[in-house]
Amino acid sequence: MRIKDFPEEELLLPGNAACQGCPSSMALRLALKALGRNTLLAVIASCTSVLQSPFPATAFDLPVLNMAFATGGATGSGLAAAVERLMKKGVYRERPTVLVWAGDGGTYDIGIQSLSGAAERNADFIYVCYNNEAYSNTGTQRSGATPYAAWTTNTVKGKREWRKDVAQIMVAHGIPYVATASLAYPTDLFEKFTRAKGIRGTRYIEILAPCPPGWKFPSGHTVKVARLAVQTGLWLLYEHREGITTYTAGTQRIIHGKARRLPVEEYLKAQGRFRHLFYPERDEERIAEIQRRVDRVFETLEFTHRLKQHIMDIEMLPPR
Amino acid sequence: MRLVETGNHAAAHAVRLARVEVVSAYPITPQTQVVEEISRFIDEEGYDCEYIPVESEHSAMAAMIAAAAAGVRAFSATSSHGLAYMYELLHWAAGIRLPMVMANVNRALGPGWNIWCDHQDAMSARDTGWIQLYCSTHQEILDTVIQAYRISEDPSVFLPVMVCYDAFTMSHTYMQVDIPEQETVDRFLPPFRTSWRLDPRFPLTHGSVIYPQDYEETRYSIYQAHRAAREVIRRTAEEYRDIVGNYHGDLVETYFMEDAEHAVVAVGTLALEARVAAEELRGAGYPCGVVRIRSYRPFPFEELRELLGGMRTVVVLDRAVSFGLGGILASEVKAVLGGEGPRPVSLIAGLGGRDVPYTLIAERTEAAIRGELSGEEWPTLALNERHLVSLRGLKALWGGERA
Ligand SMILES: Cc1ncc(C[n+]2csc(CCOP(=O)(O)OP(=O)(O)O)c2C)c(N)n1
Ligand SMILES: [Mg+2]
Repeated sequence: MRIKDFPEEELLLPGNAACQGCPSSMALRLALKALGRNTLLAVIASCTSVLQSPFPATAFDLPVLNMAFATGGATGSGLAAAVERLMKKGVYRERPTVLVWAGDGGTYDIGIQSLSGAAERNADFIYVCYNNEAYSNTGTQRSGATPYAAWTTNTVKGKREWRKDVAQIMVAHGIPYVATASLAYPTDLFEKFTRAKGIRGTRYIEILAPCPPGWKFPSGHTVKVARLAVQTGLWLLYEHREGITTYTAGTQRIIHGKARRLPVEEYLKAQGRFRHLFYPERDEERIAEIQRRVDRVFETLEFTHRLKQHIMDIEMLPPR
Repeated sequence: MRLVETGNHAAAHAVRLARVEVVSAYPITPQTQVVEEISRFIDEEGYDCEYIPVESEHSAMAAMIAAAAAGVRAFSATSSHGLAYMYELLHWAAGIRLPMVMANVNRALGPGWNIWCDHQDAMSARDTGWIQLYCSTHQEILDTVIQAYRISEDPSVFLPVMVCYDAFTMSHTYMQVDIPEQETVDRFLPPFRTSWRLDPRFPLTHGSVIYPQDYEETRYSIYQAHRAAREVIRRTAEEYRDIVGNYHGDLVETYFMEDAEHAVVAVGTLALEARVAAEELRGAGYPCGVVRIRSYRPFPFEELRELLGGMRTVVVLDRAVSFGLGGILASEVKAVLGGEGPRPVSLIAGLGGRDVPYTLIAERTEAAIRGELSGEEWPTLALNERHLVSLRGLKALWGGERA
């Protein structure tokens, strides 16, 4: 799949109310291209509630239900149950895809119970968390997804805690599909949505969504910052199916030794939210802490990869 | 078919007869049997319905809204803390104008944990835009749940309806219930009707950001729908009587009001106690009647004005309080009468399931009739030794006069 093979039809229309360089609108545009017109979309309270434009206008060329903040999983469950009924009654000829679109606050924090419940019931819908690592809509407060040391309006000296990892929590639910994605790897993102569409049950996709006003970088740098997150190893791209995790795109290239992992500094320096790590003087300790964490993760990933290669080499030796 | 059933099971039968397609609910005493019975119908009796065993009431209501939005008939049941937990979404359901029905078994709110009846739960949710109907018999529960779908799905209404009934005195007691035939109910209740549904062929957006220049109109439309609902509730009760056969009143039900000079106003089973009290009082020579409010929202102000305006005495029984004001129903009845006719006497009684015997109602009503009682009273209050929160308890705690 190449970018020029993506469908031309736009289901998120231009002229909407998103900020310049908004990662949510970019992610939506790509995801909807992959899922197509036969989709029921539920938007959970977030910047996406706003970017679709105020009543009576709408930027969506899809049926959309806006819902309250803590309802993502339950909304998906209700839509999926109704679709099941309507399929039985023959109201739909082709089963529509149910897509729930929520932010990291709506996923990591207030909505995790609802999401967990739906996943445990394996309700039939795709849940997307577009993770801009803060409550952007209410003016960039910290969330459970905000990374260590990041400035937000209520962590002015940098967040003291490390972020949790909801994608891994979803893996632990044993649902049929979990994937992470990045705006900087659009074909990878597109393919993950296409694969998710072909599976039944709860599917979870989390997209890292660098937010220009929230993370404080120029609005033209959204994709660049998204790419640096992968290149420095701070955002991992993978998908998880049937008990097996497969690393993809930029993350895979690093693990396979085909690309050099960049120092985290390059990512941190590209954003104003980490400025206090470099100005007025370098905060060696916190920068090193972040670097150490990533190094440890990749040591394990690379070791596992080499081990697998080694076993495969042995198995492929001709019998003696 | 005639069965001896609990109130909760009567509700479950109604759900099945209404051909509800999605049920999402979370357990809470005393509502649990409703959903247990529905799930048994599905598993053992071939009832074709999607049951979502959600992980909270907030999710129960969210899933119901989503199901109705996609275009199917939905149901939930809850009580007390469950209803309180749904509060945000009660507004959402009504605001987005989706028809659906929920049973609420009226139960007190903690702390401390109290599973018994009062009306604080539903009355605290009275301004969410939901229609609220209160029942007083098991038969009425069954009939009202079915009627509620007709009301909810009426094009001049399109609002969610809450069917309320008293914890334990109704939810768990057994009474005779006539279960109508499916074909009869089908003649009364057409397939699901709604003003909008999510449909890829008509890609509309619902519930997005709305500015002040439009928002108020959406509120006004709910206000108007509640006005229209009054007539719809009357018509629905009549059509139900004609087709299915039972009648429990429309917005109100009255007992002995034809020649009454004194009236007791109440909701739920308390109205039945009041009816016995009224019989007693009639025996003692007081022409007393009872007005049972069936539709709490929309409020039956025309009916109440007409029925109560000419009374010599009006006593209002409340099983809920607006703290800082008084009996909720009493203040609303006063507002309806607007100073015309008698000044209602307010009795706040039976909170948290405390028994309200008909003898007490008769006694206090007689006192009101004789002019010995005016204003407000908590006649079942006991302030017994165990109550640290009572004045006596506080005195014991702090010693002497400090309390
Ligand atoms: C129950 C409730 N609490 C708080 C809010 C206010 N609120 C609306 S959007 C939002 C932030 C959403 O953050 P996130 O989910 O990360 O999405 P983003 O705004 O970053 O796109 C908050 C706190 C709300 N709508 N509902
Ligand atoms: Mg966010």
